[in-house]
Amino acid sequence: MKRLARLTLCVLLCCVGCAKSGPPALRVGNGTEPQGLDPHTVTGIPEHRILGTLFEGLVDVDPDDLTPVPAVAESWTISDDGKVYTFTLRPEARWSNGDPVTAHDFAYAWQRILTPALASEYAYMLHCLKNARAFNEGRITDFDQVGVKVLDEHRIETTLENPTPYFLSMQIHYTWFPVHRKTIEAFGRMDERGTRWTRPGNLVGNGAYMLKRWAPNNIIEVVANEHYWNAAQVRLKRVFFYPIDNLLTEERSFRTGRLHLTGSVPLAKVPVYQRKHPELLRIDPYLGAYYYRINVTRPPLDDARVRRALAMSVDRVALTKNVLTGGQAPAYAFCVPDTADYTCASAVPYDLDEARRLLAEAGYPNGEGFPRIELLYNTSENHKLIAEAIQRMWKQELNIDVGLLNQDWKVYLDSQNNLDYDVCRAGWIGDFVDPVNFLECFTTGNGNNRTGWSSPKYDDYIARAAQTVGQKARFDLFQQAERILLEGAPIIPIYYYTRVYLKSPQVQGWHSNLLGYISFKHLHLAEAGP
Amino acid sequence: MTRFVARRILEVIPVLFVIVTLVFFMIRLAPGGPFDAERNVSDEILRNLEAYYNLDAPLHRQYLDYLGQLLWGDLGPSFKYPGWSVNELILTGFPVSLELGLYALLVALGIGLTAGVVASLKPNTLRDYVPMSLAMVGICIPNFVLGPLLVLAFGLWLGWLPVAGWEGPSYKILPAITLGAGYAAYIARLSRGGMLEVLAQDFIRTARAKGLTEARVVLRHGLRGGLQPVVSFLGPAAAGLLSGSFVVETIFQVPGLGRFFIQAAFNRDYTMILGTVLFYAALILMFNVIVDVAQAWLDPRLRDEIG
Repeated sequence: MKRLARLTLCVLLCCVGCAKSGPPALRVGNGTEPQGLDPHTVTGIPEHRILGTLFEGLVDVDPDDLTPVPAVAESWTISDDGKVYTFTLRPEARWSNGDPVTAHDFAYAWQRILTPALASEYAYMLHCLKNARAFNEGRITDFDQVGVKVLDEHRIETTLENPTPYFLSMQIHYTWFPVHRKTIEAFGRMDERGTRWTRPGNLVGNGAYMLKRWAPNNIIEVVANEHYWNAAQVRLKRVFFYPIDNLLTEERSFRTGRLHLTGSVPLAKVPVYQRKHPELLRIDPYLGAYYYRINVTRPPLDDARVRRALAMSVDRVALTKNVLTGGQAPAYAFCVPDTADYTCASAVPYDLDEARRLLAEAGYPNGEGFPRIELLYNTSENHKLIAEAIQRMWKQELNIDVGLLNQDWKVYLDSQNNLDYDVCRAGWIGDFVDPVNFLECFTTGNGNNRTGWSSPKYDDYIARAAQTVGQKARFDLFQQAERILLEGAPIIPIYYYTRVYLKSPQVQGWHSNLLGYISFKHLHLAEAGP
Repeated sequence: MTRFVARRILEVIPVLFVIVTLVFFMIRLAPGGPFDAERNVSDEILRNLEAYYNLDAPLHRQYLDYLGQLLWGDLGPSFKYPGWSVNELILTGFPVSLELGLYALLVALGIGLTAGVVASLKPNTLRDYVPMSLAMVGICIPNFVLGPLLVLAFGLWLGWLPVAGWEGPSYKILPAITLGAGYAAYIARLSRGGMLEVLAQDFIRTARAKGLTEARVVLRHGLRGGLQPVVSFLGPAAAGLLSGSFVVETIFQVPGLGRFFIQAAFNRDYTMILGTVLFYAALILMFNVIVDVAQAWLDPRLRDEIG
């Protein structure tokens, strides 16, 4: 026994470790372990948070209203046809090793992400550049033909396929960030994935912070970058990102003060915080829609009247109030209202009489003869609750039998891709604030359509909007397109997401926006805790 | 003896080969692929990705290439975490799982043996019933219930211990107890049974008749035989502790290999699945070899047989 006790003591002493000192750190729950820190090979939101501290694009946005503000570019001009942007870079912009940030760095980065051999999943974000898509798909091999031209060290000109009013605000996405050529090529080829250039000590960035520590599945630490052009304005000197994928663990970590900020809140805890600590709970609008896809290739769902009947008999108010409780808004259209001042004028109403009439007209009066359909969702408690509620609504109101089917994430995606479902749960989070990001999904042949639905008129409106200069004219076309989408009803919009999370009162300078974009350099920590 | 050891080690190779082959083809049968996501990538980009990771080659070609890589000890890049190779992820995750497993084993032995021995000394009295009932409860409570309960008590109410993370000694106590508790309960029951059997034997009566103190009887004469069942349980227990820590790692945000192991399957991260399965398989086979060798060394009859 004595020996055992001694052994235990030894082991405990051996692992006395990392009590680190330094400036106070903001501790953030960041969802899952990032796929990596190479802005050209990652795809997720946790990655976006971290990369946004390590790199900076030409343009940043105001974290309150998302309007473009100068970043590496101190100014820019836009041609009259809205297709040519010329950026002037600030001469004082530096990489974290002190090298100047030049126009060549941006051209190099964009060439790298578009190189087919690198196989970047998010390269399509740059397809708005002239010929970028052809280059990315290997149809042309000369990058000089792509709409990127370095005018001199500090000036870069981009030519776009179409006038793209959201081009500037897209620049906060990591796919547009510059990368440091010498660093990348010191560790491998330009088109090589997974080299060691992203490791602490190797990574050279141009953001307000630099990478200090990266222990997979444990922590990523970034510290203020003294070479950042605006370093004097950065008050928050350190940020710890914790990959905590278990929501309950994250909430407990917040409660004990280990985290200042969480990525989410377990559904069951929302009412508790609302009651006891409303000052810690934040519910922000979010640019995302939760909806159901309908497989329009399968009878009886190939009849638009049936699909509309289904869409009209979902009581979204009851759903958001009683099932979701996180302040979500009922969705009667697909685009999130007030997306860059666009709000859809048409709607799928909650109208049971009309729904029953449509169903009868389609040959199923009071649901008679309607075959049993299946509602597919990926395994999750929330999706299940919603599916059960809707199953009951359709049974009660339309007398339709619906079976529930849940599948593991990848199996569920496979079923959707192969149109092997009747109705299935889906969600869409916008990458940038423009209705096209939502509406484009349902054009014919789009990889995110996955319903079998196709409307030449719809495709035409979206294509015409892409060529159109002027928001008003564009939005008119989107209005018409979205009306066709809602009438065709390949989807049933259910609710608009909110971002529900916990924030310590110590975090100052907070801002909320539709994209959930956090600008860490605008934050600071109050001295004393709550 | 050397020949015996060499033979046992060589036998591991075909077993690993069969495992690699089975897993390689089985994961390809599962629906969905590593690059399926909520938002689809275009066919061209998918082709680029498949070309990059050699997934566009015929399956048998991929299999042979993978085996070739394995010969050099290269488990390939992770599909889900393009910034890391599978070797690196195993090398960073496994030491943590090993450390957690070791503490859990200490917890299991410390609590289990004490409870078992104490219970066996006064069978069918309160001193037996209380620890044994607790042990029964310990076996019945799964660690995904025990973990949050411990966190609630020691982390949130009392505020003595951190609720998650892996940063210093205090962070390791709750995960170790959570993981070790089930095994402690099992060991308690095993050691009680073993001790009761031994304490009823003639040589114990002789020892007492010689006038030895009770402590000496129990610790010196009783334990040696009484712990036999516990010792043979330690092999599977160690393997279970090392490979079965996924739930505890998730509850306490421990950066071990268990989380990578399970997530790899959900992500269809082919190389990561193969790498971790192979690694755990090699580990468990190695344990078996060590146990076999140790037994042969301890048991003279076996030793003679193998020459």
